[in-house]
Amino acid sequence: MTQALISRIFYPAFENAPLLRGDDSAVVEDPGPGRLAVTTDSHIVSPLFFPGGDIGRLAVCGTVNDLAMVGARPQWLTAGFILEEGLSLETLQRVAESMKAAAEEAGISIIAGDTKVAERGKADGLFINTSGVGIIPVGREVGGARARPGDVVLVSGTLGDHGIAVLAARGQLQFEADVISDIAPLNGLVEVMFEACPRLGVLRDPTRGGLATALNEIARQSGVGIHLEEPAIPIGQAVTAACELLGLDPLYVANEGKLVAIVPPEQAGAVLEAMRAHPLGRQACRIGEVIAEPGGRVLMRTSIGGTRIVDVLAGEMLPRIC
Amino acid sequence: MKYVSEFRDPVLVERGLEGIRRTITRPWVLMEICGGQTHAIVRSGLDQLLPPEIELVHGPGCPVCVTPLEQIDKALAIASRPEVIFTSYGDMLRVPGSGKDLFGVRAAGGDVRVVYSPLDAVRLAEDHPDRQVVFFAIGFETTAPANAMSVLQAQAKGLKNFSVLVSHVRVPPAIRAILGSPTNRVQGFLAAGHVCAVMGYWEYLSIAESFRTPVVVTGFEPLDIVQGILATVRQLEKGRHFAENAYSRVVTEEGNRPAQGIIQRVFKEIDRKWRGIGTIPMSGWGLADEFEAFDAERRFQVEDIAPNESPLCIAGQILQGMKRPHDCSAFGGACTPEHPLGATMVSSEGACAAYYRYGQ
Repeated sequence: MTQALISRIFYPAFENAPLLRGDDSAVVEDPGPGRLAVTTDSHIVSPLFFPGGDIGRLAVCGTVNDLAMVGARPQWLTAGFILEEGLSLETLQRVAESMKAAAEEAGISIIAGDTKVAERGKADGLFINTSGVGIIPVGREVGGARARPGDVVLVSGTLGDHGIAVLAARGQLQFEADVISDIAPLNGLVEVMFEACPRLGVLRDPTRGGLATALNEIARQSGVGIHLEEPAIPIGQAVTAACELLGLDPLYVANEGKLVAIVPPEQAGAVLEAMRAHPLGRQACRIGEVIAEPGGRVLMRTSIGGTRIVDVLAGEMLPRIC
Repeated sequence: MKYVSEFRDPVLVERGLEGIRRTITRPWVLMEICGGQTHAIVRSGLDQLLPPEIELVHGPGCPVCVTPLEQIDKALAIASRPEVIFTSYGDMLRVPGSGKDLFGVRAAGGDVRVVYSPLDAVRLAEDHPDRQVVFFAIGFETTAPANAMSVLQAQAKGLKNFSVLVSHVRVPPAIRAILGSPTNRVQGFLAAGHVCAVMGYWEYLSIAESFRTPVVVTGFEPLDIVQGILATVRQLEKGRHFAENAYSRVVTEEGNRPAQGIIQRVFKEIDRKWRGIGTIPMSGWGLADEFEAFDAERRFQVEDIAPNESPLCIAGQILQGMKRPHDCSAFGGACTPEHPLGATMVSSEGACAAYYRYGQ
C-alpha cells in the first residue's frame, strides 16, 4: 500500500535524482561553501484545505521559512507523512501536488520521505513532518540576539491573515471572512533583503503566537526593548473586523508568509525599498524601533497616544465572552 | 472601520481628555463596572492619559472572574463524565477550579468544546443524540438572552440530552452592594454599555438617586470611555447625581424588551455567590421552575460540591474596588496568567490579567 503511494503519488510529484535512486538515504553531492542550517517542523492543521493554502503548502513553506530566517538558502527538504486510514488518495494527491508547486516556488527539492498509515481515529486525517537543510553563505550572521538599540523594526506586510483564514475555514464559528492565508516561501524576499543590506542581523517569521511573540523572543534574546507604533502596524480590514468580533488580538494571530526584520537605521530605507519591490513585500513598512530599556520587553504606543506592554501569549488564544 | 475607528480617533480622544482636565478641580474615585472597559482602558493606555485627579478602580463586571469556585468545580465534575460533551465560552476553560481547569479535563480525555454561541451547543445536542450536551451558561445580562434562548430552543426541539449549568449574575445588585458597603470609596460609576443595551438603564435611576452617586452608561472604545468619564466628572463637580446615557448610539432607557422577556421567561432571580465577594441577595439568575428539566446540576447531581478558595488571593477586594492588583503580594510572582491563583488573573478581562499584560 505505502509502496504504491510512493511510486504513484510522491515520486512523480517530487521527482529528483536523490529521491528517485530509492536508497535508504538521499545522498547529495558536495553542498559547497558555507555553514549548514537544519530545521524540522511537524504540521497539523484543520481543515486540511483552506483559502490560500493547505497542509502541504504549509509543510513546505513553514520549513523553508525557518531556514530563511537564519539567513540560509534552503536546498533540501524531507517529508514524513502520517495518514489516517481511510484518507482518500485524491486528497493525498492534491496535497502532494501543492507541495510540488510550493517546492518549485521556493526552489528546493524534496529528496527523502516516509509514509506511515495510522489506524482510523488515531490521526486527524493527515499529519506532515518536514525537515530542511539550507546553506548559509559565507559572511551572513543572523540571529535573534543581534538587535541593537537604534535599529529599525520592519514587517513585510499585513498581519493575521493566515490565522483568521484557517479559523474561518474551520466553520465552527459561524462566521465567514473574506481573508486568504498568506502562506508563501520567503527565501526569495530574504535574498533581495540581503542584497540591499548584507549585514542584516535579525529575521523572524511571526507564525504561531504572531508578531507579539516573535518580537518578545527577539527582545529577550538581545536583552533590548522594542518600541512599536500601533498606527503603523499593517492589519487588513477583514482581519481587524474578525478580531473585533471574536475578541482576538491580531498581534497574536499566526502568519505564514510574513517576516519581521530588524536592521541598522542607516540601511532601513534601502531594505524597505528592496522589500517593496518584491511581490511578497509590497506592503512592507516600518513599525517601530529597538530601544535600550526596558530590556526584554515590547512596548507599544497606542493609537490614542498611551503606552502599553505587548506581552507573550499565555496558553492558547481564547475568544472572550463579551 | 465604521463605528470603531472613529471612536479610537486620537484627536477626538484628546479633545475629550482636555474637557476632563478643564472640568476637574479635585480627586475623584470612579469605578468602571465592566471588565471589557478595564481591558480597553489598559489596552489603549488611556489610564496614563487621564489627569492624576481621577482614580479608576476596576469593578466586578468580569463574568469569568466572579463565577464562584463551586460552579467551576461542578463544571469540572460534569465535563469529566464520559457521556458528556461540555461546551463553554473560550475563556472559562483556563479558570482554575480547586484541582484543575477545563483544559486539564480535556487533556485527561474529557470532551470539552469551545462555542461562540449557546445555540451551537443546542446543535451539538441534535447532532449527538447518544451524548449529553451541557452548556456552561455564565455571564451578566449580556449573555443571558442567548443562553435563555438555547433552553427555549432545546425545549421546542424536544431535546432530552441538552442541559445548562447556570451561573448568571446581574449588575444592579452588585452596584448596590458596593455602594452599601461601609468601606466603599467609589464616587461615580461607569455603567456597562453592553449590559444596558439589553436591560436599558431604568434600573440605575433609583440607584443614582438613593445613593446620591452618578451612574453613566458608557461604551467600550477609548472615546466612549473618555466621554463617560467626562460626564461623570461633570456631575460630580456640580454636586449632581443621576443616571445618564453616554452610549446613546447603542443604549436606550428601556433596553431590548424582547430580550428581557426571554430572560424573564426562562430564569428567576435568586441569591448568587460571587467569587471573591460572597453571596449578594437576589443578584443572579437560575432556571425558572418550568425549566428544571434542563438544569445540569440536578441532572448530574453535583449540587453539593462546595470547595474553598486559595487564602493568598485578594481578588475579592480587587473586584470591589478596595484594592488594586499591585497591592497583592502574589501579583506577578506566585500568580501569573500562566499559573493564576485567582479568577482576576485568568480572564483577559480580569483586572489582574489586564495589569499584568498591558501595565507598566
